[in-house]
Amino acid sequence: MANARRLEVVFWLCTLLPFVLTPNYLSLASQIAITALFALSLDLILGYAGIVSLGHAAFFGVGAYVAGLIAKHYWTEPISGLLIAGVLTGLLGYALSHIVVRFRHLALIMLTMGFGLLIAEAANSAHDLTGGADGLQGFRVPGVLGFKFDMFGRTAYAYSLGLLFFCFLICRRIIRSPFGLALRGIRENATRMPAIGAPSLSHLRKAYTMAAVVAGLAGAALTQTTSTVSLETLSFGRSADVLVILILGGAGRLYGGLIGAIVYMVARDQFSGINPQYWYFWIGLLLVAVVMFLPNGILGGFSKFLKPKN
Amino acid sequence: MFSSAVGVLFDGFAYGMLLFLLSVGLSVTLGMMNFVNLAHCTFAAVGGYCTVTVVNRLGWPFLAALPIAFVAGALLSVVLERLLFRRLYRASDLDQCLVTIGIAFMSIATFAWFYTTEPQSARPPAYLLGSVELMGRSFGIYRLFLTAVGLAITALLVYSLEYTRFGARVRAAVDNQRMARGLGIDVDRAFLFTFALGGGLAGLGGALAIEVIGLESTLPLSVILVYVLIVVAVGGLGSIRGSLVAAIVLGITDTAGKYYFPWLGAFLIYLVMVALLMWRPLGLFGKR
Repeated sequence: MANARRLEVVFWLCTLLPFVLTPNYLSLASQIAITALFALSLDLILGYAGIVSLGHAAFFGVGAYVAGLIAKHYWTEPISGLLIAGVLTGLLGYALSHIVVRFRHLALIMLTMGFGLLIAEAANSAHDLTGGADGLQGFRVPGVLGFKFDMFGRTAYAYSLGLLFFCFLICRRIIRSPFGLALRGIRENATRMPAIGAPSLSHLRKAYTMAAVVAGLAGAALTQTTSTVSLETLSFGRSADVLVILILGGAGRLYGGLIGAIVYMVARDQFSGINPQYWYFWIGLLLVAVVMFLPNGILGGFSKFLKPKN
Repeated sequence: MFSSAVGVLFDGFAYGMLLFLLSVGLSVTLGMMNFVNLAHCTFAAVGGYCTVTVVNRLGWPFLAALPIAFVAGALLSVVLERLLFRRLYRASDLDQCLVTIGIAFMSIATFAWFYTTEPQSARPPAYLLGSVELMGRSFGIYRLFLTAVGLAITALLVYSLEYTRFGARVRAAVDNQRMARGLGIDVDRAFLFTFALGGGLAGLGGALAIEVIGLESTLPLSVILVYVLIVVAVGGLGSIRGSLVAAIVLGITDTAGKYYFPWLGAFLIYLVMVALLMWRPLGLFGKR
């Protein structure tokens, strides 16, 4: 256990390395931190509560648009914008959770996808509010807590990383609480858990709402650090990407989404320079290979490898 | 209003027939093996690209390309079933989704590699284009052709599933796989044939769809996949009748929505789907 603790400290210290080692890639590092936060939020429902979602980008995108609209029409102070985005996506998540947690299997996959598409389509239609296919532009978040967002992305990365770390600590606390344990129980057997005093549906609703809040925060941070929102934040492609990232890293392990985001985003950055169209071939191959040969993702493979053989 | 309604109904019906061809295979394989195959539209794209190649590069007639599209879709589905899918029948929904999304990703990149990302086209012969006047209205010949092909295939499917020994095996396997195995039915084989048939029909649908919805490398994960999934989920797994009804309703709703409420976009369709799924999660005609 002490060993695991040490590894965690080392991991978080390593996240500071980009400031020193790769100062030209800090905006990429910031994107990675945001994607990792988004993957972490999916891990809460998919990895721990067993809710498969093909429409998780809905919350990411709504958070992004809320933050963008606040910055454009009201004020540009980012932290309050972040909080409001989190609260609003949480409300949306809570409303949807009443429907989503009642379904399983194909109906669940179709419903989450349906809600995602519905919200994306609504944002596309509400051209006056969201800018439609052109995206939301014409605002700039100057800085946070007196630090300016510079062109090298130093403040942006510090901001995203700080948010990721904060949310990670909270998620870690939730997962290690009795509530987190109950979630895992529900994932394994949703009908037996009520018998030992864990109300399945209300627990799942809470988990879904929390995941929505975290996804909304991630979306809001993306808006504030890039000063633009596009419809892509709501797209099916983004929902699929985050699923791939989480599975690649290993679902149900907290660090899975973080590792997955680092591997995926760095690989995409490296490969897309060569041939952007064909990037998805390798992602597809990777996905098939991970499911067939590495069922618990990179982290699952590692922990099996590291475990002493008896 | 009324005169346009006839046109909308007709176009929507033809579109629904196309959706039926594209989705019926997925409905049966999903119902039979509980296999969530999100790569189903890859078969359609393969059929479409085969048609493009055969018509444009080899100069074959369009109608001769259709059987080839069928065979190509069927072949690919058999290969995938043997190599990958059969290992996943007992896996979770999520694993099935992920592997098939992975295949769809790979196929998109492969199509982009060989055919670029530009939309492709394969012109049907002149006698399938244009329109005919009937009782003072004009009907597109290609859409009449689509409707005829769709109805013919439905009749063929219903006949082969309801009145042949093969059909009896398939129905038994869909209804109760374990019982069917117990009675000595080779379920794996029945499934392989069904898979080939479904992939073939999707390939044929992909070929016929070029003229209606176009053909781009992103087809395997496009809005068409969503429509196919809607047909399957709303129609009910393993139900041919359900798929047919759902496909026609979807086709007409979509066409009418685009005609009368163009500002809604696809919003209406998604709304109908979500509402229907909430009302009947197993689909309109679903039993399980």
